[in-house]
Amino acid sequence: MNVWLNFLVDSLAFGATFIYGSTGEIITEKSGHLNLGIPGIMCMGGAGGCYMLNLIGQSNIHPALIVLFGICASFTAAALMGLIYGFLTITMRANQNVTGLALTTFGAGLMKVIMSKLDATVYLVGPRMMFRWPFAHRQDALQTLGVMFFLAIVLAIGASWVLYRTKVGLQLRAVGENPATADAVGINVTKYKYVATSVGAGIAGLGGFYYIIDYMASQEAYLSLESLGWLSIALVIFVLWRPHMTIIGSTVFGFLFSCSSYIANIEGITVTMAAKPLLKMLPYVVTIIVLIISSIRNKRENQPPASLGLPYFREER
Amino acid sequence: MKNKSSSPKEPLVHLTKRMDISPLCALGVRVLAFLFGMIICGLVAFLLIERLNDNPERIGEFYQCFIKGPFSTRRKLWKFLKNSAVLLCIALALAPAFRMRFWNTGAEGQTLVGVLGAIAVNFYLGGKIPEWQLLVLMLFASLLCGAIWAIIPAVFKAKWGTNETLFTLMMNYVATYLVSYFLVVWVPNGSSSLGKLSHGKLPSFYHDYLLIILIVLGLTILLHIYLTHSKHGYEISVVGESENTARYVGINVNRVIIRTMLLSGLLCGLAGYLIGAGLDQSITPNSVGGQGFTAIMVAWMAKFNPFAMVITSSLISALGQGAEQISQDFNVSGAFPDVIIGIVLFFIIASEFFINYEIHFHKRHNMAKEVLKG
Amino acid sequence: MEHSIAIELKGITKRFGQTVANRNVDLDVRRGEILAILGENGSGKTTLMNMIAGIYYPDEGKIFFNGKEVIIRSPHDAFEHKIGMIHQHFKLVDLFTAAENVILGVHEKGGYDLKSVNERVSQIAQKYGFHIDPKKKIYDMSVSEKQTVEIIKVLYRGADILILDEPTAVLTPKESDQLFDVLQRMKEDGKSIILITHKMNEVLAVSDRVAVLRKGEHVATVNTKETNQSELTELMVGKKISLNIERTMPIETKKRLIVKGLKVSNIDGRKVLDDVSFHANGGEILGIAGIAGSGQRELLEAISGLQKIDEGEITFINPKKNKPVTFFHKSLQTVKDLAAQNAFHTESGHPVSFEGMPSKQIKKWVEAGEILFNEDEIINLRDKTPLQIRELGVRLSFVPEDRLGMGLVGSMGIADNMMLRSYRKGKAGFLDRRRPRQLADEIIKRLQVSTPGSSTPVRRLSGGNVQKVLVGREIAFSPKVFMAAYPVRGLDINSSYTIYELLNQQKKNGVAVIFVGEDLDVLLELCDRIMVINSGKISGVVDARNATKEQLGMMMTKSTEDHAKEMV
Repeated sequence: MNVWLNFLVDSLAFGATFIYGSTGEIITEKSGHLNLGIPGIMCMGGAGGCYMLNLIGQSNIHPALIVLFGICASFTAAALMGLIYGFLTITMRANQNVTGLALTTFGAGLMKVIMSKLDATVYLVGPRMMFRWPFAHRQDALQTLGVMFFLAIVLAIGASWVLYRTKVGLQLRAVGENPATADAVGINVTKYKYVATSVGAGIAGLGGFYYIIDYMASQEAYLSLESLGWLSIALVIFVLWRPHMTIIGSTVFGFLFSCSSYIANIEGITVTMAAKPLLKMLPYVVTIIVLIISSIRNKRENQPPASLGLPYFREER
Repeated sequence: MKNKSSSPKEPLVHLTKRMDISPLCALGVRVLAFLFGMIICGLVAFLLIERLNDNPERIGEFYQCFIKGPFSTRRKLWKFLKNSAVLLCIALALAPAFRMRFWNTGAEGQTLVGVLGAIAVNFYLGGKIPEWQLLVLMLFASLLCGAIWAIIPAVFKAKWGTNETLFTLMMNYVATYLVSYFLVVWVPNGSSSLGKLSHGKLPSFYHDYLLIILIVLGLTILLHIYLTHSKHGYEISVVGESENTARYVGINVNRVIIRTMLLSGLLCGLAGYLIGAGLDQSITPNSVGGQGFTAIMVAWMAKFNPFAMVITSSLISALGQGAEQISQDFNVSGAFPDVIIGIVLFFIIASEFFINYEIHFHKRHNMAKEVLKG
Repeated sequence: MEHSIAIELKGITKRFGQTVANRNVDLDVRRGEILAILGENGSGKTTLMNMIAGIYYPDEGKIFFNGKEVIIRSPHDAFEHKIGMIHQHFKLVDLFTAAENVILGVHEKGGYDLKSVNERVSQIAQKYGFHIDPKKKIYDMSVSEKQTVEIIKVLYRGADILILDEPTAVLTPKESDQLFDVLQRMKEDGKSIILITHKMNEVLAVSDRVAVLRKGEHVATVNTKETNQSELTELMVGKKISLNIERTMPIETKKRLIVKGLKVSNIDGRKVLDDVSFHANGGEILGIAGIAGSGQRELLEAISGLQKIDEGEITFINPKKNKPVTFFHKSLQTVKDLAAQNAFHTESGHPVSFEGMPSKQIKKWVEAGEILFNEDEIINLRDKTPLQIRELGVRLSFVPEDRLGMGLVGSMGIADNMMLRSYRKGKAGFLDRRRPRQLADEIIKRLQVSTPGSSTPVRRLSGGNVQKVLVGREIAFSPKVFMAAYPVRGLDINSSYTIYELLNQQKKNGVAVIFVGEDLDVLLELCDRIMVINSGKISGVVDARNATKEQLGMMMTKSTEDHAKEMV
């Protein structure tokens, strides 16, 4: 029983990384921009947060403030990456795929350069327990859940609420569906796109920070961060562009990803080593199946935003 | 109230799509963008590299590395040529699909399964059949695997309009874990690393890399001929430009999509073969090492023109190798080349804007006049 | 007057490059009236209204709102003056509900409460007699429902002046009647309605006053009660202008293309062609007149194999009588089959039977050109793809309306565009660029296409030159049927005359030419017969030499029911 509980909590905790990444990507995609730079952005979110902690990690500032500063720095660094992406794809109307890929190359590289300069004893050893608040001293499964886990849940639900229950969300979705119409009714398309790509990137960046400082809490964690970014993009499709569903979707992904290490401990289930990579492959396979089914069923609500990937130029009729 | 509504809202800058720009001018814009990018790289380097920050006079040495890295010794030059060739091969594979506006982001996976096909044949048959037969079988396996990986998304795109960018992207990771799976099966001891196999190596003339380079150069010429002088290539261009026109002249668009992706997959498979049989004789999930993604940018920068890709792929691999040299000489992280490539790409991407659009600045007094008139 | 003036236009002029869309237009719109703006295609109706709605800004002239001069630079400005326009192309987000579309971009105080929006939308609908479910998604809606959403969108923003651009073009007669009831109610509510239209019956039925525009100028405004159809038609089309287009008498015309009972629906399932029957003869020019969007495009596309046909037949008659049989489009087996049906005779007039004859011998005879057809070949074109039609040996040329989006590839040069039709020739997998290049040079020379060279992308050529390239290619294909949709639209005078000349040449060569045009003067001088299409139905075919502009104008604009009544 305990094994299963640990397993569930661990899947949840691992999944929070994707909640951030996917929620950020969904907000971006809803404005009509496919940002393949999410892996790089998550990397930079991680680097930004850790850089801040490296500055203040051993100071006498109140732990809550240290956590807050870390989160803010992470968000800012990632949002700046989003701004680069936004400038190139919105103002300069560059190809979104190419810009995103360049951003991933740049972000992942820059993160590694920065992280190699930071001192893990400063940014990690001290602060990591602060991020586990309020369960830091518990001995059970809950110990692995901290502030940033709950922040992820709040952001996912909040993003859904904004997108589907507010005027701003409605107008943002209009921009992603049909920018010409949005423009005609007087919505500032450029402003919406910039805010969505930057805020989306900022949120995604928190995922990288969370993964390094909280979930893994190890100084090697940043090396495996990039691949999680791609999984976040997969999750967006898996949950059909609904942020609150990332909470469930990410748990499933987390489950599949981490169960290979737990599964051997569960009685009655014997799994060969070979099953591990296949389990890890599953999220992608399932995502592809979801993508195929939604395109065959052709239900309008489950399609990618209609103008995804297309630059908007008013003069072009 | 009245004032508010009558305030002119004309933006200061007005954009129009450029119909035409002379090739020389376009090249000039790109070169300028590249130079700007390099200057920014220098500035970023000051921030990131302590040794440079402490000794600013070493900035000359910093830029020299971009020559020293790829060209200073015979070994480095060969490595540069090999890197460019592999990158070029994958970019060539992407060209037909991109010309058709099929956004194949799955070159990484298509190439990786190509490597997998070759290594699988090598693993099971190496040493049991004559070497030349093994090499031929490996080639077929590579081509087949690459083709399968490309054709699956193409069929769904043609039949149901499934988003090809996302589909091909996901296929990359299925390929990665497929390789991990086979490694576990092949190397049961838990290390999951397959050593260099003793069979199935492409013959070497003069230099180990020469054959690969020649194959890719030959392929460049062939692909150029295919794209510009064959009926298939012509159909690809028509479909890419306008599906309506394609229908008007009776082209079966779905067939062209599937056929072109088949070609794209075959060429990726070939790239995989060159890596598997020509270079590594081994495989890891990272055998392609992100070159499938870099190739997208290489192809895009060259506007999907095979000969221009020779230049762009050389540029990217020279930059990468130069930056590697910097990592060594200045003692920074091995990831530094990615930062350099990323920055330069940003500038080249941005330069496209000045090639595609014309910018008109509104004159202030004109606006004032209009207000007066109103 | 109980009706005060709501908007007044004074001396409005708008130019687009060289062309003048509106010249010195004065117009006033009163409160509580329905003002119809009547004019032919391209008479500047929509441009004029777009200036009130803030889409365009006039080059000259002033707009007064309630007697005060105003500047309208954007749709937003227009709304501040309570002006709203319902465009022909709806601007709606398909994925959203009616109510969600209505509140997009509206700045309101208070929170976002979809429920109260739904209620208010229902209220507006009830007030004016619309039927709409505010929670229904746009993609589930019919065209008329979408239009209703557009109207409510404008009303929700408090518009007092509503401009409707050809609102009935997409509606069924019953839906149109419902719309007019709604408009009547709005008028009673004190709102001003501006109705852009070219349908005479609507004008007479619902409007209070009619403003007629012709070639960008305001010709007259009349009270509807004091006018009649023929006066309006005359105002609209103007006096006939002589263009001096050469026209020869057709010689030896023969039926070439027969269309029978053709029915076609568009994606929304609306009928765009209803029971269309006509025939085109070789050696004459058949003009097709009609208001834009009456089904002309669909008709030509259906004939060339690009439209799904619901019902009807399209038959091509290949003038093969007494002409030799070739293997060009026929296999040996088809030739044998045809011979068995007694379809051939020899040069000396004897019937041909291949029974028991070795294939080699048959081949030899056919290749020597000694086997001749007894009768013309009759080929069914229904449900064939463009490629199949070509493979059947039907030489059908089609100059589509959308030149660069359909007829040509903009990024390719003239030579490469020449290949579009012919690149499949030959068994080799490679392109033969020599002959297309020759053809390109020939066309450049003969039609005086001004271009830097045959490899310059056609996108960079001027409209007239693009059209010359397209028409030149379609003619080079030596067609038996030549169809052209608006071939002189946007062309300067000289290029237009070049095109007329080319069409005349085709006619002299015995080709069946089908010419879809919009300028009635041109149609009357160029064509031999003119078929008038009206809302997807044929309202008649007239002899172009005797017809008048008014006659055509009436046939184009009359509602089909009225017309049917007259026929009885």
